[in-house]
Amino acid sequence: MEHFDLSLVNWSRAQFALTAMYHWVFVPLTLGLAFIIAFMETLYVKTGDEEWKRITKFWMTLFGINFAIGVATGIILEFEFGTNWSNYSWFVGDIFGAPLAIEGIMAFFMESTFIAVMFFGWNKVSKQFHLVSTWLVAVGANLSALWILVANGWMQYPAGMYFNPDTARNEMHNFWEVLFSPVAINKFLHTITSGYVLAAIFVIGVSAWYMLKGRNILLAKRSIIVAAVFGLVTSIFLALTGDGSAYQVAQKQPMKLAAMEGLYEGQEGAPLIVVGALTPGKQFDDDKDPYIFRIQIPKMLSFLGYRSGDAFVPGVKDLVEGGYTYVDKNGVEKVALSAEQKIERGKIAIKALADYTAAKDANDTAAVAYNRALLNDNFEYFGYGYLNNPKSIIPNVPLTFYSFHIMVALGFLFIGFFMLILYLVYFRQFNINKWILRLSILMIPLAYIASQAGWIVAEVGRQPWVIQDILPTVAAVSRIDSSAVQITFFLFFTIFTALLIAELRIMFKQIKIGPKEGGK
Amino acid sequence: MIKRIFRFYYEGFKSMTIGKTLWIIILIKLFVMFAVLKIFFFPNILKRNFKTDEERSNYVIEQLTNNPKK
Repeated sequence: MEHFDLSLVNWSRAQFALTAMYHWVFVPLTLGLAFIIAFMETLYVKTGDEEWKRITKFWMTLFGINFAIGVATGIILEFEFGTNWSNYSWFVGDIFGAPLAIEGIMAFFMESTFIAVMFFGWNKVSKQFHLVSTWLVAVGANLSALWILVANGWMQYPAGMYFNPDTARNEMHNFWEVLFSPVAINKFLHTITSGYVLAAIFVIGVSAWYMLKGRNILLAKRSIIVAAVFGLVTSIFLALTGDGSAYQVAQKQPMKLAAMEGLYEGQEGAPLIVVGALTPGKQFDDDKDPYIFRIQIPKMLSFLGYRSGDAFVPGVKDLVEGGYTYVDKNGVEKVALSAEQKIERGKIAIKALADYTAAKDANDTAAVAYNRALLNDNFEYFGYGYLNNPKSIIPNVPLTFYSFHIMVALGFLFIGFFMLILYLVYFRQFNINKWILRLSILMIPLAYIASQAGWIVAEVGRQPWVIQDILPTVAAVSRIDSSAVQITFFLFFTIFTALLIAELRIMFKQIKIGPKEGGK
Repeated sequence: MIKRIFRFYYEGFKSMTIGKTLWIIILIKLFVMFAVLKIFFFPNILKRNFKTDEERSNYVIEQLTNNPKK
């Protein structure tokens, strides 16, 4: 990797991470609040109760603030693809282009049309048409997320494509394989559901603030009921899709799973770490105990990862050194290659691409055919050819481990929280004491932390890959001056921080003002 | 029909309260993104530096095949 400017790679990564994380501050609330509003408006249309309309309009205002501030922040990521990640952008070809184009068209038509009806259409269109528009905004926002997450899922598990050595692009041979890849489906469901849970917590937290202040009590109570039911259902679904995602990670990205669990030595009947702390400075090939302490569930990692309590789960060391047996995607039992062997295969693939291009220029058809076959045989290890050290395949284990455990712990805390709120609502007639109301407000930042932690697990855990096994981050980056990336990093930091401050100020102000007249 | 759609949007925007502030933020944001960032800081390198897809392919192949340690 000495041919790469690591400063450039690291600044490019930092910039992309910063942009993506800020973008993800705005998106999950939009995804979930849209559905909560749709449920509230449905109740208004069904009951004819004007209070439900007032409640719907209040949350719609907060939705509008979040949507307006967050809209188009994702476009920055596309700018970065073209400038900082030009090799990657070319290499992914239409695999990325098609989903993003569909997303752009759908988002534009569905959201721009129906959001206008949602905000401007009260008293101008029929109740039913307005309600349909509100639902379509919710569905449209979530469908936009589908295409983005399909593209991301493909990077984690490149399915439905083949590499064209003439163009240096991956080309889609099966759209449905890309769309319905199990990684993409789980990623989509898990990610949007996390947005639903976050939005439910947001609604309960804001409503709890009103209850603490003794204001807008009916709005607060009704909002809490809708959000708590929505939150409990979706948080359980979130746990199920989390299990599905982890299962896919075990099959397709075993190094990420090992990092998530701090598992250095593979074992049969591997336990799941419930709570633990990692030994600082632990290397994959030393004899240190990976954990300072841990509380674990025996055999659970094997069960969750391979649906068998006795299954072998490879650790970091096994994945670097190879030699363990596993079943590949075609159901064939194989002995795993070491990282060093994969690096050699990757170098063969890259050299074959170079020789193929040279042979094509020289009209040497025999060499063209030979190198193409050689490239095809080794292409699954193509990205390894850019790595010089077997250790390069290990992601940042502590960051992945702690992010994963924070995300999971908070996810289960949220399930308990929704159950507690519903218990207090239905069995204690809303007799919620002040501490629980304060706790409800505290849950809002925790929901954002869990949401961001999830993305850290997904993206840090898959390093060094930008496309799993095929293209490492170091080879994806454009050869531009790293100082240019540093300047735009701080520029984005300033712009996004300003947007976040604007969002918070306007949001807090609007919450303080509360819903319009007529409430109880 | 077009007149009705225009009036729908026109009256909607006119009756906005908080929305006006949000629209100002959206417009400033889009201006900064497209008129400043995109033009001055984020050119599409392959589009800017090469005229044809073939040239772009050749460049990326060169980038991908020269990089590995020999």
